[in-house]
Amino acid sequence: MSFIVVQAITGLASAASLFLIAVGLSIVFGVTRVVNFAHGSLYMLGAYLAFSFVAAFGDSFFGYLAAMLLAAIVVGGVGAVMETSLLRRIYRAPELFQLLATFGVVLVIQDLTRLIWGADDRFAPRMPGLDGSINILGHAVPQYDLFLISVAFVVLGGLWLLFRHTRFGVLVRAATEDREMVAALGVDQRWLFTGAFILGATLAGLGGALQIPRQAVGLSMDLNIIVDAFVVVVVGGMGSIIGAFVAAVLISELLAFGVVIFPQITLVLIFLVMAVTLVLKPSGLFGRPEFTTAEDRRNPDPPLRAGQGLSRIFWWSLLVIGLAAPLAVGDFAVIVLTEIAILALFAASLHFLLWGGGLITFGHAAYFGLGAYGSGLAVFHLSMGMAPALLMAPLAGAAGALLFGWFCVRLSGIYMAMLTLAFAQIAWSATFQWVNFTGGDNGILGIWPSAWASDPVVFYYLAFGVCAAVIWGLRHAIFSPFGYTLRATRDSSLRSAAIGVDVTRHRWLAFTLAGAAAGVAGGFFAFAKGSVFPDVLFVSTSVDGLVMVLLGGMQSLAGPILGAIVFTEIETELTRLTDLWQLFLGLLIIGLVVVLPHGLAGLSALIRRRSS
Amino acid sequence: MIAPALRLTGIEAFYGTAQALFGVDLEVPAGAVTVLLGRNGAGKSTTLKAAMGLVDVRAGRVFVGTRDVTGAPAYKVARTGLGYVPETRRVFGGLSVEENLVVGERVGVAGTVAWTRERLFDLFPPLAGMRERLAGQLSGGEQQMLTIARTLMGNPQIILLDEPSEGLAPVIVQQIAATIRTLAAEGLTVLLSEQNVRFAMHVASRAAVIERGRILVEGPIADIAADEGVREAYLTP
Ligand SMILES: Nc1ncnc2c1ncn2[C@@H]1O[C@H](COP(=O)(O)OP(=O)(O)O)[C@@H](O)[C@H]1O
Ligand SMILES: [Mg+2]
Repeated sequence: MSFIVVQAITGLASAASLFLIAVGLSIVFGVTRVVNFAHGSLYMLGAYLAFSFVAAFGDSFFGYLAAMLLAAIVVGGVGAVMETSLLRRIYRAPELFQLLATFGVVLVIQDLTRLIWGADDRFAPRMPGLDGSINILGHAVPQYDLFLISVAFVVLGGLWLLFRHTRFGVLVRAATEDREMVAALGVDQRWLFTGAFILGATLAGLGGALQIPRQAVGLSMDLNIIVDAFVVVVVGGMGSIIGAFVAAVLISELLAFGVVIFPQITLVLIFLVMAVTLVLKPSGLFGRPEFTTAEDRRNPDPPLRAGQGLSRIFWWSLLVIGLAAPLAVGDFAVIVLTEIAILALFAASLHFLLWGGGLITFGHAAYFGLGAYGSGLAVFHLSMGMAPALLMAPLAGAAGALLFGWFCVRLSGIYMAMLTLAFAQIAWSATFQWVNFTGGDNGILGIWPSAWASDPVVFYYLAFGVCAAVIWGLRHAIFSPFGYTLRATRDSSLRSAAIGVDVTRHRWLAFTLAGAAAGVAGGFFAFAKGSVFPDVLFVSTSVDGLVMVLLGGMQSLAGPILGAIVFTEIETELTRLTDLWQLFLGLLIIGLVVVLPHGLAGLSALIRRRSS
Repeated sequence: MIAPALRLTGIEAFYGTAQALFGVDLEVPAGAVTVLLGRNGAGKSTTLKAAMGLVDVRAGRVFVGTRDVTGAPAYKVARTGLGYVPETRRVFGGLSVEENLVVGERVGVAGTVAWTRERLFDLFPPLAGMRERLAGQLSGGEQQMLTIARTLMGNPQIILLDEPSEGLAPVIVQQIAATIRTLAAEGLTVLLSEQNVRFAMHVASRAAVIERGRILVEGPIADIAADEGVREAYLTP
C-alpha cells in the first residue's frame, strides 16, 4: 500500500513537467492551429539556460528559483522572436509545411545549443533547501518531487484564472473555437497569437528549467519530450488544458507503475493507451471532434498526366544516366549513387502517401527502418543469404504499416502526423531497448551482400534495378483505378464516402503499400551500409524523407527523385565541410517552406510557364 | 445627398476557384435599413462577407463612408465601424453569455460607447437571466440575440445582419424585427440579408435583389415588393 502511494507520487512528479510542456503545445495549437515541433527545443533551451543561471547565482533556494524563472522568461522571449519572425509567415501554409518549418527550428536550436554548451551532458546541483527527502509511510520521497507537483498545481490554477478572468484568456478561448469570428469582432489576432505563443514558450521553458535538479541536461531532451508531449495531447485532446493535465498524469502514472511491474513493456503500455483512446474517442479524451476531420480541399491539384513530353524525357534520361553513371565514376561515387537510388525509393514511397493520399506522415522512417531490421535480423538470427533477407524487408515494412496504419488512417491532418510520429518513435525505442534481439544501441553488424553482389558496381545495379522497378510500380498504382480513388479521398473524404468509397480501407492499403516500398529501400540500405542502427527509424530519417519530397516538389512524381538526388549530394558535400550540418539543414527547410513551397520541380514549372 | 455609409462597387468574390459574385454594386444609405433579398445561394452572405473582408475579393472596391477598406483584414474593417452578425450565429459555445460579450467589447470609432452590457441586457431581457450560461446551451432565438448583442458591444455605426430571422419561431422573429427597428431609431445603419420578403417589409425601407451573384434591382422596398415580376422570378414568397 505504502509502496503504491510513493510510486504514485513519483509518477505525479514526472507528470508535472510533462503537463507544463503539453499544455503549452495545446494552447498554441488551439489558437494558431500550428503544432510547434520546436516546443521541445524551447523546453531543452529552458533547461540549459537554467543550468547556466544556476551556475551563476543559484547557490541559495531563492537564487535557484530565480534562475529557473529567468530561464523561463528568456525562453518566452525566444518564443516571441520565433513567432514574429517565422510562424507569422506560415499560418496559411499547409499543415505539413508548418510542421516541417518548426522542425527546421528544432535542427537550428540543436546545433546552436551544441555550439554554446557542448555535446556532453551537463549536471546541475540539487536545489538548495529541497535537496532532502521526506518520510511518507516509511518511504523516502524527494522533497523536490513534492515541490514539482505543487508547481504543476499552481500553474494549473494560474491558467484557470487567466482563461476565466482576463480578457486575454477569454479571447484565446474564443479564438480556439472560431478565429475568423474573433477577427470579425475587431480583434487583432496578431497580438493574440504572439501572446499565446509566448505563454506556451514560457511554460515549456519553465518545464525544462524545473527538470534540471532531477535529470541530466542533454541534447536529446528536445525530441524525447516532444514525442511524449504529442502522446499526451493526442490522448488528452488538442486544445484542451484539462485534457493535457489528465493525460499527463495518466501516462506518467502508467510509466511509474509500468516500470515496476513490467519493465520490458512500458512502451507497449503507452502504445495501448494511445490506441484504445483513439479507437474509442478519436479526438482524445477532452478534445473536440472538429479538429480531427481535415477540411475538404477547395482547390484540388490539377490532374496529373502520365508521361508526356518533358516528363517522359526526364524518366528516360534518368534511366540512362542511372545505368551509365557507374561506368564513368569512381568507387566512392558508386556508393553515393547506391544511396541515392535507395533514398529515391524511400522518398517516392513517402510522396505516394503525401501526394497520392493526402496522408501526412511524420514517421515514415519506421517502415524504412523495419525493412532494414527485417533484413538485418534475418541475416543475424536466421543466417539468411542476401536474397531471402532482402525479401524479408518489404514484409517487415508492410507488417508494421499494416499494424500502425490501422490506427493512423482513421485520423487526418495534424492528429495523423503526430500519431505516425509517435508510432515511429515507439518502434525506434523498441529497437533501442530490446537489446537481446536487436543489439540495441550497438546495432547489427556484418550484413554484407552475397559474394556475387559484393562488388559495389554490381550491388549498385541490383539496388538501382529493384528500386527503379518499385518506383515504377508506385507510379503505376497512382494511375490505376485504385490511385484515382485514393486521390478522390484526398480531395474530399466526405464526398468520396458519400459515393460509397471505403475511405479508411483505401488509405490503409495505401499506407501498407508505401510501408512495403519503404521496407524495400530499408533492406537495401542495410546491405549497402553493412549494418543497421536504431537511427534508421529515428524522426530525423523521416524528416530527411520529407525534405527530399519538399525539395523536389510535391506536385510531380519526378519531385521525390530529384529531391533525393539533390539532398544526398548536398548532405554528402556539406558533412565533409562542416559539422554544423543540422544548422544548414534547418535553415534549408525553413527557407524552402517560406520561399519555395513548390520545390525545385515547382521552380522548373515556373520557368516553363514564363518561357512559353 | 449624403455619402452612403457603405458602398460596394463591382465586387467579384471567389471561394477557391469558384466565383460567387460577378460585379456586385450596392449602396447602403446612412441611418436607414436596407435589405438584400435573394434566394438561397444567390450571393447574399457572400456580399456581406465581401464587405467585411471575410472572402477572397479579386475585383471591385469596398468603401466605409469615404474610406477604402478593400482587401483590409477583417479586424481592421471592423474597426472602421462595421459590425457583422453571421448567418449561422457563430456564438462561442464554450464561453458564457457574458464572456461572449467580452469578446465583442470595443470602443466605437469616434470614441463612443453607446452600448454597454447592461443596456444590451435591457434590449434582450432573456439574456439577462443567463449571464453565466454557456452560449452553446442557449436556444436558437437566444443565440440570435446573443450574436447581435455581441456585435453591438463593438459599438458599430453600420451593422450587417445575415438572415437574422432564419430558422426562428414566429414570435422570436417579431422580437428580432422590433430590435432592428430600435437599432435604426438609435441612428445605426443596417444592412440585412433576407429571403423572407414579408419580414423585410416590416423592417426595411430600401431593398436590393440579388440573383446569381449580381444585383438585379435596387430601390424603395415598397416598389420592389409590389413588382410581381421580381417577386415571382427571384424571391421566395
Ligand atoms: N464556403 C463556400 N465554398 C464554396 N462555395 C460557396 C461557399 N459559400 C457559398 N458558396 C457558393 O457561393 C454562392 C453564393 O452563396 P451565398 O452567398 O452563401 O448565398 P446566400 O447567402 O444568398 O444563400 C453559392 O453558389 C454557394 O454555393
Ligand atoms: Mg446565406
